[in-house]
Amino acid sequence: MNKQLIFRIAKALMLARWKQTMVAAIGVTFSITMFVTLLGFMNGLNDLLDDLILNRTAHIRLFNEVKPTPIQPIDKSITYRNTENFIGSVKPNRKKLELHNVSSIISSLKKDSRVIGVAPKITTQVFYNVGEIDMAGVINGIDPDVENQLFSFDQYVVEGNYLDITSIPNSIILGKVAAEKMLTELGDIIQVTTPKGNRMKLKVVGFFQSGLQDIDKVQSYASIKTTQKLLGKTNNYITDIQLKLTNIENAPKVAKEYEALYNVDATDIQTANAQFETGSSVRTLISYAVGITLLIVSGFGIYNILNMMIFEKMDSIAILKATGFSGREVKFVFITIGVLIGVVGGIFGLIFGFGFSVLIDNLPFNTAAMPTVTTFPVNYDPKFYLIGTAFSILTTYLAGYFPAQKASKVDPVDIIRGK
Amino acid sequence: MKNKIILSSHGLEKSFHDPMTIKVLKGLDFTINSGEFVSIIGKSGCGKSTLLYILSTMDTDFEGDLFIDGESMKNRKEKFLAKIRNEKIGFVFQFHYLLNEFNVLDNVMLPGQKLGKYKKHELEHRAYEKLKILGIQNEALKKPNQLSGGQKQRVAIARALINDPLIIMGDEPTGNLDRKNADMVFDIFKELTIENKQTLLIVTHDNDFAEKSDRIIEMEDGRIIKM
Repeated sequence: MNKQLIFRIAKALMLARWKQTMVAAIGVTFSITMFVTLLGFMNGLNDLLDDLILNRTAHIRLFNEVKPTPIQPIDKSITYRNTENFIGSVKPNRKKLELHNVSSIISSLKKDSRVIGVAPKITTQVFYNVGEIDMAGVINGIDPDVENQLFSFDQYVVEGNYLDITSIPNSIILGKVAAEKMLTELGDIIQVTTPKGNRMKLKVVGFFQSGLQDIDKVQSYASIKTTQKLLGKTNNYITDIQLKLTNIENAPKVAKEYEALYNVDATDIQTANAQFETGSSVRTLISYAVGITLLIVSGFGIYNILNMMIFEKMDSIAILKATGFSGREVKFVFITIGVLIGVVGGIFGLIFGFGFSVLIDNLPFNTAAMPTVTTFPVNYDPKFYLIGTAFSILTTYLAGYFPAQKASKVDPVDIIRGK
Repeated sequence: MKNKIILSSHGLEKSFHDPMTIKVLKGLDFTINSGEFVSIIGKSGCGKSTLLYILSTMDTDFEGDLFIDGESMKNRKEKFLAKIRNEKIGFVFQFHYLLNEFNVLDNVMLPGQKLGKYKKHELEHRAYEKLKILGIQNEALKKPNQLSGGQKQRVAIARALINDPLIIMGDEPTGNLDRKNADMVFDIFKELTIENKQTLLIVTHDNDFAEKSDRIIEMEDGRIIKM
């Protein structure tokens, strides 16, 4: 088969109806543009929202939960072991919040190849004493360096330097909302009280803003040492170990494993934040659906134009066949037209799609909830561009295939006798 | 060479089945030799065009057998028949069927490019030669719709000649032309048989045209009555 010749015939037929051809190509361009832009924008938003929650959350958290023991004393008695026992008024036992053997757990976790990073943490409830009023709050004792590596801590510290909590003794980074309530400024001293009654004065060295009002109202950060001092505990007192994994999908499995291995409680990010996963995947699904619908519509445009072209060019098809072109070659002529429209329209679509993405990426988008975000988020994943290209070729091929099939079946005798 | 059989038919029959079965060709046997100028004449509806389309391999729905250049055309694949048409048969129809998207030269070259026997510049040279034979080499770069009816028909003949076919088939090639142009086309055909030893098979109802050819096959009601 002479490809060059078929290509020439296809080109000539297209140029003969260049206006309609262009309309069809513009249809493809439009749909690919929308497809790429929509998916880029949607996924940009998804990433932003994921960032807001998921990236600040540990993939796995190890801690001791306050809960009643599952095995009550009566279950251990030989007499009643196999009976159904009803116990009223079960209370949680006096389990310590601190993790045992923290240093050996941490060093063994660090050796696990599935783990990217380990961040120890102490969480304790406190009251901020403001004049006569006590406000409930939570102090997280952290290692700011590790916390920053794993959870981009510095992004949320809007004023002050996050490293100051280790370099300045007895210092604290307050949540922005809490700070506003207490009318506190940088350098001020505030007083906190622990549930056990320990009091301590802390210097405010920074403010942080996560974007979630409820968190900013309660949470504050201090160094691990300061928190241990506040609670009157020794320097191996740690209540939480936060883990980041190489593959977030493994979290539930690994969490179960550690739970058994270290005899602690472990929650994984999927269980803790299931609603975010669902939201993201539904949004992605919708944007794919819209994009693919657009492509199919443009496919119908191509189908129409090719059908019309075949109807108009019956004579030409008949003579091509009479002079020795086989049905297959005639079919290829029209498939070539369809795919050419798809490829040319698609390339422009990708270019425009990228252009629109850049445009959206530069539109100002200011929200109090996300201090680090100044423009609309866009994801430039080449995956979307590849999928767009693949789909434009596929739909235009199919849109070309059916009319081409019809053209290949044209009986030249019918046409020539009809004249 | 003169007596080589180019085309022969054996008991050729053809029926149309819609709306009811009518037999249009009722067992035709004849042969056409190399270099002959044959006319098929007959009244409207006698089956002469139907016969031509079977002989041209475009209509494959027939009984009996047909041999072109010694090869049977019965039960052949569409692709094989397309190749036969490309290589061995040249067509001239009542209507010119030129592609308006291409210029005259490209129209003539198209079947040649399909055959792919010659390189592009050789083919172009050959196409010019054919146009010269027909006296329209000066129109080579024009679009078909810029030509007169007679000129278009001559381009169509040039296209039929480009692959040096064994046989040229014509379906009322002068039907749309006035006397002057019709005579010119006839003269061209005559010249082709004399100078190029070209075999011609022309369906016509123009008796003047037919009488000037070498041999007349007259048909009536699906049968050959005179050969």
